[in-house]
Amino acid sequence: MVMEKNLRPEILKHMYWNLVLARRYEEKLCELFSQGKIPGWIHSGLGQEATGVAIGECLKREDYLVPYFRSRSSLIAKGLDLARLTAEILGKKTGCCQGRSGEAHIAEPYLGIIGAGGIIGSPIPIAVGLGYACYLTGKEQVVVCGFGDGATSRGSFHESINMAAVTHLPVVFVCENNLYAEFSPQAVQMNIKDIYKRADAYGIPGVSVDGNDLLAVYEIIEEAVQRARAGEGPTLVESRTYRWHGHFEGDACKYRPEGELEAWQKKDPLPFYQNQLMEMKVIDSAQAEEAENKIREMIEKAFEFAYASPMPTREEIMEFVYA
Amino acid sequence: MRNLNFRWAINEAIKEEMERDEKVFLAGEDVGKPGGPFGITRGLYEQFGEKRVKDTPLSEEAIVGLAVGAAAAGYRPIVEIMFMDFIAIAMDQICNQAAKCRFLYGGMVSFPMVIRTLCGTGLRAGGHHSQSLESWFIHTPGLKVVMPSTPQDAKGLLKSAIRDDNPVIFMEHKGLLSLKGEVPEGDFTIPLGLADVKRPGEHVTVVATGKMVHTALGAAQKLSADGIEAEIIDPRTLSPLDAETILTSVRKTNHLVVVHEAPKPCGFGAEIAAVVAEQALDFLDAPIKRITFPFTPVPFGPLEDELVPKENDIMAAVKEIVRRN
Repeated sequence: MVMEKNLRPEILKHMYWNLVLARRYEEKLCELFSQGKIPGWIHSGLGQEATGVAIGECLKREDYLVPYFRSRSSLIAKGLDLARLTAEILGKKTGCCQGRSGEAHIAEPYLGIIGAGGIIGSPIPIAVGLGYACYLTGKEQVVVCGFGDGATSRGSFHESINMAAVTHLPVVFVCENNLYAEFSPQAVQMNIKDIYKRADAYGIPGVSVDGNDLLAVYEIIEEAVQRARAGEGPTLVESRTYRWHGHFEGDACKYRPEGELEAWQKKDPLPFYQNQLMEMKVIDSAQAEEAENKIREMIEKAFEFAYASPMPTREEIMEFVYA
Repeated sequence: MRNLNFRWAINEAIKEEMERDEKVFLAGEDVGKPGGPFGITRGLYEQFGEKRVKDTPLSEEAIVGLAVGAAAAGYRPIVEIMFMDFIAIAMDQICNQAAKCRFLYGGMVSFPMVIRTLCGTGLRAGGHHSQSLESWFIHTPGLKVVMPSTPQDAKGLLKSAIRDDNPVIFMEHKGLLSLKGEVPEGDFTIPLGLADVKRPGEHVTVVATGKMVHTALGAAQKLSADGIEAEIIDPRTLSPLDAETILTSVRKTNHLVVVHEAPKPCGFGAEIAAVVAEQALDFLDAPIKRITFPFTPVPFGPLEDELVPKENDIMAAVKEIVRRN
């Protein structure tokens, strides 16, 4: 594959680090949630971390990420500090949104992470606004807007992509199709199988990719980002993957056919990518183990920091309603 | 001072703010080349070009989203929702995103944006082109709501709204667009959150909004012939509310009538009545009266005229409470 030859080892290693970090972080969150140690709720992205890792790698610091709510891997890959992320998920004052946001509305504006929210499909119009700002500023900045398959049923999806297309805005729309919108399979949501084909309706390129093959996703998103940067307008990417856990932690997933999860777990993006890197001799098993150890330590420190941090007070929570 | 109509006062405010600050831009349906459905934005496309005066698809949700995202990136968008009835399509972007995001993001980013929208009756255009929906937005923390009644207020308040760092809903009453009045030239602003006493009086306080300010002024003139002097207060900014100006007036007149074009239940008048009941009940000599549109959609055609509050409705309400004692 051309891509493997062209990519510098630092990039390959960096994505490996982020993929392992995102995986272990999701596992830790789910474990703590099951022990009743996380307030609110958690929407796990276990099994579909590769797309977010690729997105982060394709973006520069000044580019915008409007994150898919399930994609903590994209937040991590865009550079969000793990301790600030963790403190926010726990509703602490030291969190990236000072404890106002929780898991669902994570933002870190100085890194260009903005627009996420708790309503599926609602961040998409905001991404178009960020794209319009990039277009006005004219500095080759781009926006990547992530969402799931469920969001493509919203009117906001249609209005936004149409508007981005007609103005050739530098926005890359990345749909992670994990086959379920909340508790319902794709067949209940839409009369098509190929979400990427919706791009035809807007006169923009649409492309699908195996979302569990990190290098393939990287290649597709990088190409779309380059198009956007060159002023050639938006692209719709459908990254096909699978959600290992339920819509939220605690969802028993009774709607899933027997054996489906197990089949997808055989296509786990992490060992697949790890094997690729080992075959390419970019990493060896000792380095992989070292990364695991460092990451475990990093995650533990982030949670230690977050649990030890104070909550915002009742008085403080009233701040920020008006500028 | 020169006379300008309401429409050109708005146009002038946008033009001056776009000249003053390159971060200000305008977007909406037909606001550019066509010059706006009522000609309000005429000439701006020619002066500022298609990037800063953007004609959009008929996509209210995406139009407001365009403003939210661009505001987050440091711009000061002005977007137009052609008729206020259409704003229902964009409620999620307005009330869940624009209004809340500063709070949710820990105050790290602000959303300086103005949503201009044409409200009110007067076109006899029926149920989907005639509403005044201020209550929806007054009820939402994070938003400001402005509703001017004169060309001068329209210019001064719109300039302040554009410079404000919060999302502002700016309601332009269709029935006022051709109203002429004195408008200061150049950099003239009126602060948001400041009511205006449009007519002083000692017997009754009449709080009115938008076009109803003029109906109330007409009623006041006729009441004067009967020896009743009404004080007409235009809040101008409905959120945040300048309660003090209203309370001061009620403490003086001891009577309150509220007039608006929206229906009564949970309307702006309910809020005014509640504020006065909470803070000045002891000063009232009679029950509060609310003169509003009936609790019905706006009907098509001439029937609209019958249902909009009239001078006579206001006069009857005033006489009922003032003569009580």
